[in-house]
Amino acid sequence: MDLNFSADDLAFQQEVRTFIADHYPPHLKAKFDEGEELSKEDFLSWHRVLAAKGWAGIAWPVEYGGTGWTSVQRYIFAEESARADAMRLLPFGLNMVGPVIYTFGTPEQKAKFLPRILSGDDWWCQGYSEPGAGSDLASLRTKAERFTGDDGKEYYRVNGQKTWTTLAQHADWIFALVRTDATVKAQEGISFLLIDMKTPGITVRPIITLGGEHEVNEVWFEDVIVPIENRVFHENKGWTCAKFLLAHERTGIAGVAASKRGVERIKTIARTETDSFGDEAQPLIANPFFKRKVAELEIDLTALEFTELRTLAGESSGKGPGPESSLLKIKGTEIQQRITELALEAVGHYGAPYFRGFGEGDNEHPIGPDYAHRAAPTYFNVRKTSIYGGSNEIQRNIIAKMVLGL
Amino acid sequence: MDFNFTDEQTMLRDSVARYLADTYTFDARMAAVHGESGWNPHVWKAFAEELGILGAPFAEEHGGLGGGAIENMIVMEEIGKALVIEPYLQTVVIGGGFLKAAGGAVADAVIPKIIDGSAVIAFAYAEPQGRYNLADLRTTAKKDGAGYVLNGHKAVVYAAPWATHLIVTARTGGSVRERSGVSVFLIAADAPGITRRDYPTVDGARASEVYFENVAVGADAIIGTEGEALPLVEQVVDEAIAAVCAEAAGVTRKLHEGTLDYSRQRKQFGKSIGEFQVLQHRMVDMFMEVEQAVSMTLMATLRLGEADRGKHVSAAKNKIARGARFVGQNAVQIHGGIGISNELAIGHYFKRATMIESQFGDADFHLRRFESLMD
Repeated sequence: MDLNFSADDLAFQQEVRTFIADHYPPHLKAKFDEGEELSKEDFLSWHRVLAAKGWAGIAWPVEYGGTGWTSVQRYIFAEESARADAMRLLPFGLNMVGPVIYTFGTPEQKAKFLPRILSGDDWWCQGYSEPGAGSDLASLRTKAERFTGDDGKEYYRVNGQKTWTTLAQHADWIFALVRTDATVKAQEGISFLLIDMKTPGITVRPIITLGGEHEVNEVWFEDVIVPIENRVFHENKGWTCAKFLLAHERTGIAGVAASKRGVERIKTIARTETDSFGDEAQPLIANPFFKRKVAELEIDLTALEFTELRTLAGESSGKGPGPESSLLKIKGTEIQQRITELALEAVGHYGAPYFRGFGEGDNEHPIGPDYAHRAAPTYFNVRKTSIYGGSNEIQRNIIAKMVLGL
Repeated sequence: MDFNFTDEQTMLRDSVARYLADTYTFDARMAAVHGESGWNPHVWKAFAEELGILGAPFAEEHGGLGGGAIENMIVMEEIGKALVIEPYLQTVVIGGGFLKAAGGAVADAVIPKIIDGSAVIAFAYAEPQGRYNLADLRTTAKKDGAGYVLNGHKAVVYAAPWATHLIVTARTGGSVRERSGVSVFLIAADAPGITRRDYPTVDGARASEVYFENVAVGADAIIGTEGEALPLVEQVVDEAIAAVCAEAAGVTRKLHEGTLDYSRQRKQFGKSIGEFQVLQHRMVDMFMEVEQAVSMTLMATLRLGEADRGKHVSAAKNKIARGARFVGQNAVQIHGGIGISNELAIGHYFKRATMIESQFGDADFHLRRFESLMD
């Protein structure tokens, strides 16, 4: 056992640091700092730079165009990205459907989809949740009926509704869980389909969330025709892909590097803000009540970090992400939420003004310090993390059942 | 000891509750929130004329109902339940609180206007550097002949865009944070030299940054004693905190009830999610926080007249700030995705609960104040 990076790792760290410093799009950093809403091209700009460098498929095997990095290198990359406030690439293609396709897909599916996921040419969204199927995902009812077309080929006709579909407004493709057999046990009648968002019959409707963002959507399917070669893995075996994907999603969800940066940001705010009480004033970070919360947060984050490192070490020795990753999801999201709580507490009165971003030609400076603008909307928004990806209640059920054997 | 409302108080509560249930729907509220002015002046008119509640805590000689803090508590709890954005707190509780304490000609002149709905008051006290310290003031009021000239910047003044009058704290002497040297002024909101930047707040109200540049006021603008008004400010803010606690009791009650209803309707795994024990216990914990919020509101309200008032008010605000966070977060969690949708009421109750946490001082501030005042 050794906590220190090897000479090779240190060289890699320097390479990543330099690359990000030299290539991270300046306009993206500016937009982030101002709390502006990102356009589709904004989201993709960093992705394209990394793809050109061969660094988009961080966890992908080399044979599919991935980096083939060790877990330590992946850790270093996440750390350096967070350190530079570089945005995390969207997970839907790279961390979700990509691994499903290279694990379960046909050679044709791999050839068709994987390069375009890596390059960012295809934007993917996730068609899992439905109005009646949230925590109980297997109860989903979006229906895919198989039929033979006039051309003699096999197709599915898809009808139903997905919801909470993140950034579907930009998507080229959706990977969807659909019911292909309603006569068997819920998990045994589900298939995993790749659906072109341009197919006739698909409607995307925005859902505005508490911070005023348009981040999630409803996606409606009305007689949407999908060729059978767009099904991944066997018919009625989609649940296998779904479980695989959820476990993958959970490891990324810990967000340790980003949370470390979040803690640093809290400290910076707390050094800037003044704590005034009685006849004394001091930096907020010197307030023992506040400082204690920051310290506890940092300790809990260290516990999460070393738990994740243990999990990663297990993965690189051949064990795939298992039910233990539920621990990372629960603790990771709790920490993300505590960071937003402390940020909102730190900004005091200036958490209240609602800053809606700069409209066209509106250059007036927002109210209060820059770091305060998004404190409340972010706090509201990040409540989602303990709900999505399998709610934290469901994650505890998974640990109880799969780890503790209860 | 008697915790029962009088018949008049019960009638007050029932009439406010009925009016709000009938007219102040969530859709009507959101239409006002998104409208140009951000509030509903005809609701204010109805408060004055139909319900008469703008006179609830004022003496009958001013045209009021002869009530006090308990009447404010009753109205504020209903305001919380309906997520009312109209400025009862700022105008009646705070504006009225200062005027009642000041008495005299200014009270005789302005209180009737509060009661008839023609005066709307905003409280300009916070400053960008001062956090929750009422004495941390850089706004100055310099003696100028018989009157004063004010200069300074007040932060996040709720209801200022709608106000006819501002109540402003400023230094007539002393250094920043000194207890001595604080004065209070009642100033026409459109007085020359006052400028505002108006904006919506995350909880559906409107507020302003208010800037004073050589604002000249007469000697009669002063409320209380020149240079020694901090105890008055503390008293009125404590009354306001008790009122905000009552609002929180109403807000968290609705968060809990809405969550309970949802847990009965929402089916997953073949049963109502309310049948899962882990959620049952969570909702029991929420219920206990709501009940304690009601209890602490009552405790603080009944002790507003006592010498150690500040300690009791801070105890209530600390407890309720923590409870509001717990109830709000878990209401969203149990609702799942729709809890973070802007289209349902539940998220808006959560947003208001969140802002109440830090209004007039967050849980940490009031814990610290309680510690400094306890035996």
